[in-house]
Amino acid sequence: MICQKCAKGNANVHLTKIVNGEKTEYFLCEVCARAQGDFELSFDEEFPLHQFFSDILEIIPPGGTEKLPREASEGLQCTSCGLTYAQFMQIGRLGCDSCYRIFSPGLHSLIRRLHGNQKHIGKVPARAGSSLKLKKEVERMRSEMQKKIYEEDFEGAAKLRDEIRQLEDQVFTGGEGLEE
Amino acid sequence: MKNNERKQGRGKKVFKEKEGNPGLQGETEKELDHKGAGIIEDQKRAEMICTWMDGTGPEADIVINSRMQLARNIKGIPFPCLATEEQREKVFSLLEKIFKEQQERFSAYSLINLSGLSPIKRQVLTEKQLISLLMVREPEYSALLLSPDEVMGILVNEEDHLLLQALLPGLQLEKAWEAVSCHDDYLEEVIDYAFCEELGYLTACPTKVGTGLRASALLHLPALVITGQINRILSAVGQVGLAVEGIYGEGSQMTGRLFQISNQVTLGQTEEEIWRNLYGVINKLINQERAAREQLLNAGREKLADRAGRAYGILKHARLLGFQEAMQLISDVRLGVEMGMVDNIPLKTLNELLVLIRSGCLQNLKEKTLSHYERDLERSVQIQKCLP
Ligand SMILES: [Zn+2]
Ligand SMILES: [Zn+2]
Repeated sequence: MICQKCAKGNANVHLTKIVNGEKTEYFLCEVCARAQGDFELSFDEEFPLHQFFSDILEIIPPGGTEKLPREASEGLQCTSCGLTYAQFMQIGRLGCDSCYRIFSPGLHSLIRRLHGNQKHIGKVPARAGSSLKLKKEVERMRSEMQKKIYEEDFEGAAKLRDEIRQLEDQVFTGGEGLEE
Repeated sequence: MKNNERKQGRGKKVFKEKEGNPGLQGETEKELDHKGAGIIEDQKRAEMICTWMDGTGPEADIVINSRMQLARNIKGIPFPCLATEEQREKVFSLLEKIFKEQQERFSAYSLINLSGLSPIKRQVLTEKQLISLLMVREPEYSALLLSPDEVMGILVNEEDHLLLQALLPGLQLEKAWEAVSCHDDYLEEVIDYAFCEELGYLTACPTKVGTGLRASALLHLPALVITGQINRILSAVGQVGLAVEGIYGEGSQMTGRLFQISNQVTLGQTEEEIWRNLYGVINKLINQERAAREQLLNAGREKLADRAGRAYGILKHARLLGFQEAMQLISDVRLGVEMGMVDNIPLKTLNELLVLIRSGCLQNLKEKTLSHYERDLERSVQIQKCLP
């Protein structure tokens, strides 16, 4: 096999990366492999992400009404940092926090494809308000409760339901209500 | 910075020794020079060693280290790849200010300005897994705030403004998580993070958005490789939202039979769910590796001991060792050690070798650029020095 980079040498170095079951393989000659910033054990080296994106981007989801992430934000440009959506698709990096808002149609669809999800349920900065924290906790417990119901652990689900009520009371007495 | 001072201190001491003995000359002076160089080299070797190489911690016979990384950005400043020089500098100064004002918290930490280091020194830091290759290539206003035991690091102006990192020996994901999370809590008191309720922590790459958490572990899986089960098992791991990275050499033999396993999904799960999920999969891999080792043992104990012994012989006596070959041999010896067939070589030594035989470290030891041939030569010299 011939080296993918210089197309000259014999590709006897074989790098493999498996992401979500997708295997990406690189065949390089030893010279190119070494030139690759001494690839020895370079676990930190990230391969160009646009390649990674492109696999995800071209798959039309079942149902098929949703636009491809590539198209949904076509032509947009971030007013804050100046990055265009096309540039983002090329470099695989966003320019600033505003990009997330401005590119949202395509970007959110991309994020959903990457993570199978689009709602953060993890840590919240403490200063972002304790009510937000409680709200997140309630959301987490709700999904936990659903799981319990699904597993037919009704006792556990009932216990969670009571705990959720208590937490919600706390939020209300705190003066900041939950929307619902 | 602290390291530099320490080293200079040593250097001076050797120099003074010479000055204080003006009578010395000829052979004796040369000998002293030689000794001095030896001391400096020992010191340099010591600097390349850090806590994760200890060979301690749970499951240390399979899991070499555990790493937790938390990406954070500062609200209102473009991410490092698009930031101007002034903006990068602003981020750097902010961290420098926190570091200086909070002596209590960061008392023994060192703030290493990466653009102030030589490329070789930066390469040494990547080889120790303390910084990324990105920071080797783009060091301007990049820094590493590093704890004295080199377990906890805060990378400034990496792909994101801040990357909080903990690196521990063995399988210690929970402890690593606690370390980064506690630093995160603290920084959050003084920094406004780029955060939105729906998407969580906003990162330069959408593959990290949400928790910004990348948890990973480095595993030695020789028996699964030797018994030919590794590909099947690794693709199964790939199916559950985790990534596996291995490096293959000629004939599909993995370099050192080492695998880095990490989470890919960062959104829609809590941090604890993320690392617990990884922990669960790693435990399964450990069990499968143990079963495969058992299988090898049943197929012939002497065969395994022979493999380890031969590898040791080559490592001890070869004069020119390429990186791939050395990694393979170290893996063979390591398997012997991990299975109790070789008892005089500590895991710590083998872990240290994984880093010490890499080109940045070798060149740092010799304080000059080495040709490929010279590296192979120096690699075998270092291996022979370190192995009992
Ligand atoms: Zn090539
Ligand atoms: Zn932007």
